[in-house]
Amino acid sequence: MTWLNQLDPTWQFLLFSALKVGVAVVALLTLVAYTVILERRLAACIQDRIGPNRVGPLGLLQPLADGVKSFLKEDFVPGHVRKIYFWLAPALIMIPALLTLAVIPFGSRLGSQPLVIADLNVGILYTFGIVSLGVYGIVLAGYAANSKYPFLGGIRSTAQMISYEIAMGLAVIPVFMLAGDLNLSRIIDYQSHGLFSWLAFKLPVSFVLFGITAFAETNRTPFDMPEAENELAGGYNVEYGSMKFAMFFMAEYANMIAVSAMIVTLFLGGWTLPWFGLDRPAANLWVGLLQVGIFLGKVAAWVSFMIWTRWMLPRFRYDQLMKLGWERLIPVALANIVGIAVWLWMKS
Amino acid sequence: MNEILFYSLAALTLGCGLLVVANPFSRNPVTSAMFLVMTILSLAGLFVLLGAFFLAAVQVIVYAGAVIVLFLFVIMLMGSHELPRRAFHWLLAAAACLVTGALAALLLRLLSALKTQPPAVGAPVEGGTALLGRLLFTDYLLPFEVVSVVLLVAMVGVIVLSRKEAA
Repeated sequence: MTWLNQLDPTWQFLLFSALKVGVAVVALLTLVAYTVILERRLAACIQDRIGPNRVGPLGLLQPLADGVKSFLKEDFVPGHVRKIYFWLAPALIMIPALLTLAVIPFGSRLGSQPLVIADLNVGILYTFGIVSLGVYGIVLAGYAANSKYPFLGGIRSTAQMISYEIAMGLAVIPVFMLAGDLNLSRIIDYQSHGLFSWLAFKLPVSFVLFGITAFAETNRTPFDMPEAENELAGGYNVEYGSMKFAMFFMAEYANMIAVSAMIVTLFLGGWTLPWFGLDRPAANLWVGLLQVGIFLGKVAAWVSFMIWTRWMLPRFRYDQLMKLGWERLIPVALANIVGIAVWLWMKS
Repeated sequence: MNEILFYSLAALTLGCGLLVVANPFSRNPVTSAMFLVMTILSLAGLFVLLGAFFLAAVQVIVYAGAVIVLFLFVIMLMGSHELPRRAFHWLLAAAACLVTGALAALLLRLLSALKTQPPAVGAPVEGGTALLGRLLFTDYLLPFEVVSVVLLVAMVGVIVLSRKEAA
């Protein structure tokens, strides 16, 4: 390993960044595949079925079979679609989910390398910027399809995502008022003083609001308006098939994982656990790996919660959804900000 | 490295900006809106090169993430038909040249009158988000509030207009 230390800092930085990007993307895509099977098995449990258990032990090779199937299917493009946007939309929907990962600290450090791809000082604003670009994939897919139901799905999702983005942005403002920084690593530092320094306990209202809007931003039930099957026959992805459809499908799960990673970082202490000194940056390689494991475990727990909710709750009606967003969540979020501000002012 | 990035982003900004208003291949308003998104993203890239991360992030969140999505929304609801090409008109061309020339002259004048040197490409700007917030709420409090009143007026106007239609 000595040749690594002899490299000049720029090359070291480039090498390690490329390595981290590669590992993060591969890990995300693997996690996406296994989230799909987790969803199918959990759904089956809840509905008293067995679910896919034929391919490999416990059905664990099912994602592989699904992937091969998607690749081998004929890539059919309907004649009436707008070709350029039809090709562009599946790519555009996948990119934001991957880009979000860049600022999430997924562990403390391995050796001397911090386990975050880009430790930006405006980390959370970067994530919001990327998340707000996610709407283009859906809206362009609806537009490209050039037919009624996908178009309605696209329009609905635009309105929904813009509305809930506001509530989401307002919900995290108290986090910065308390932590005093936009950098995600600092926010984790702030939460590393025991279980009750986790912001989920300090700011329960923000946590609940952010949790709700996270469901809306990832288009998951009870907010899956863009693809309400019984009204829109599937919504924005009706005209898509084979690998392009699979891209939309993967993007949904990638977004779920990305938003869970954000919730874990902002509210649930990130890679820390308040016991056995796991809330300090790792001293050796094994503790470093363990902390990555803790982070992944927390993300998996939140993803399972999102899946569980999907099979427990019915879908909102569209006007109810808008009403909840604008008339309930946003006023509560504003009151929360003012309340925390007054509390901080009284304390100082 | 930084200079290569700067020039390619600047070229991208200008090129996409041109394609927003004068795209030889398409008269589709949705295409124009998408090139506007590209323009804004490359502009955000230029802000990043200057070390102004906050401005870059806000640029993306506000313009690419909200304003242009609303543009798309309106274009799609109004029906996005390919617009017919307008015939070339000497009078309009002359007016366009005049306005562009006047604007260019104004900008050049401003640039030459600038006392401080523009920051070198790649040099980090001091302060960041905290400093910007402090400036907004102390030195620039009045302009900041006036801008928000303008937004409020626009919002009240929208409510009044939409009310009239309902009655």
